[in-house]
Amino acid sequence: MTLPPCYTPPDDDETPSDPSRRSFLIGSAVATVGVYVAPLFGAQDAAPPPMKSDPGPHATSVSLNVNGNVHELRVDPRTTLLDALREHLDLTGTKKGCDQGACGACTVLVDGRRVNSCLTLAVMHGGQKIVTIEGLAQGEHLHPVQAAFIRNDGFQCGYCTPGQICSAVALLHEGHTGSDEEIRTWMSGNICRCGAYTNIVAAIREADKNGGANAPV
Amino acid sequence: MHPFDYARVSTVPEAIKSGSRESAKFVAGGTNLVDLMKATVEKPSHLVDINLLPMSAIEAVDGGIRIGALARMSDVAVHPLVVQRFPAISQALLASASPQLRNAASIGGNLMQRPRCPYFREVVWVPCNRRDPGSGCSAQEGENRRHAVLGGSEHCIATHASDFAVPVAALDGVLTLRGPDGERHVKAVDFHLLPGATPHIEHDLKHGELIVSLFLPDAAHAAHSSYLKVRDRSEYDFALASAAVGLDINSGVIRSSRIALGGVGTKPWRARFAEAALAGKAPTTDNFRAAAEAEMKSARGHGRNNFKIELAKRTLVRALGDLAGGAA
Repeated sequence: MTLPPCYTPPDDDETPSDPSRRSFLIGSAVATVGVYVAPLFGAQDAAPPPMKSDPGPHATSVSLNVNGNVHELRVDPRTTLLDALREHLDLTGTKKGCDQGACGACTVLVDGRRVNSCLTLAVMHGGQKIVTIEGLAQGEHLHPVQAAFIRNDGFQCGYCTPGQICSAVALLHEGHTGSDEEIRTWMSGNICRCGAYTNIVAAIREADKNGGANAPV
Repeated sequence: MHPFDYARVSTVPEAIKSGSRESAKFVAGGTNLVDLMKATVEKPSHLVDINLLPMSAIEAVDGGIRIGALARMSDVAVHPLVVQRFPAISQALLASASPQLRNAASIGGNLMQRPRCPYFREVVWVPCNRRDPGSGCSAQEGENRRHAVLGGSEHCIATHASDFAVPVAALDGVLTLRGPDGERHVKAVDFHLLPGATPHIEHDLKHGELIVSLFLPDAAHAAHSSYLKVRDRSEYDFALASAAVGLDINSGVIRSSRIALGGVGTKPWRARFAEAALAGKAPTTDNFRAAAEAEMKSARGHGRNNFKIELAKRTLVRALGDLAGGAA
């Protein structure tokens, strides 16, 4: 791909547990929510994890299982699940669109069910299994829905795509693929302002044929 | 969002105790409450998470079915007991919101949802008697296309937005509530209150009280019921008008009917005048129209929502016609 001359590649070798770059970018914008991040594995041997910011006087502990990794967090209870994923666990694949439950860009799977992560608090999800767009691929192998979105050009700008894909993965498990009309009905919680709907439906149909309903999540 | 402390409770007595603290709120799915907390319309100082309470069961009981208040909309919608005995309830739930919201939202929370009036949500400079009692109602002369034509007052004309609550009102649902003073039962039709001069008092639930479950009584008109929703978009939108209808037709005569309207009332609107008009009548379009006229006699438009009066009539006539046709 040819990139425009002004494009600067991101610093890709940064690990998610290093908060330096993102916390610098985010720090001034989100002053009121704070978190203490400690990946469960190897936490005893590591140096004390850095405090991103003060989680405040109502700080609440929660153990979040995201994409198979357990994170012990101490957060301001006002933190939505979406903000915990994006701002505290650096899982920025899940997108914030309307932040009111109207667009579906923030869709993730909680215990296998699709929900809007913007309308729920992180502290309400201790012990549940959360899967985000980052958790769908098995190593180098894309989830059948991801592969089908690429093959069918199921997006333009891509902003709604992580939510569309998570929603579609759940739709396949629910079995709502009887017709294009049924797929449209059951994808109605995901808005695409580029209008890629036709190709999204085609991608879901193809993923269904390719065993998307049975792919591990 | 205003600061609050958070508690996760695992027993009902614990929930009631925690929820009885001043300015405490219960949270289940959070799809309405968290949104309004972000908008600073809701400002609880204690948030009591009741999701661990054992109140999600959907079961057959003497004379009907009982649905736990924490049962999720998506689970209730497809439960065989609901689909077979109360199809209007299933249809109303499937016509609600989006799959994601239905997965999160509890049925107790659905009944407790606040108005979707834009003036209610807008906290800066805009009067709203629900949010700020005594400040005035901006919708009376404002953008009121989606507002109610039934049950409004000079103090508030916000529509009750729930689809689910409409067949619950029609099919004689009864709520079990539990609070510091014990347990009591309230008919769903009496649970939501008209705005009158106190629009900020929306329901008959005391502070610290929980909705525990919903009982739906079996009946021929419940098993033969349906829900029709008319909206701007074909999916994922609030009703402009809707009708939950149940008919028990025998030998060409309506033995009993149950009717409620949604999208047009300040509360889920049980249509007693329409039901009375149909008693003992033949299920004909003319009789359905007469019933709709009887119910909407007291309707009052506020300018941009005038169209809802005729829309509600036609929605009801079509819902009854489709259902009666299905019986023939």
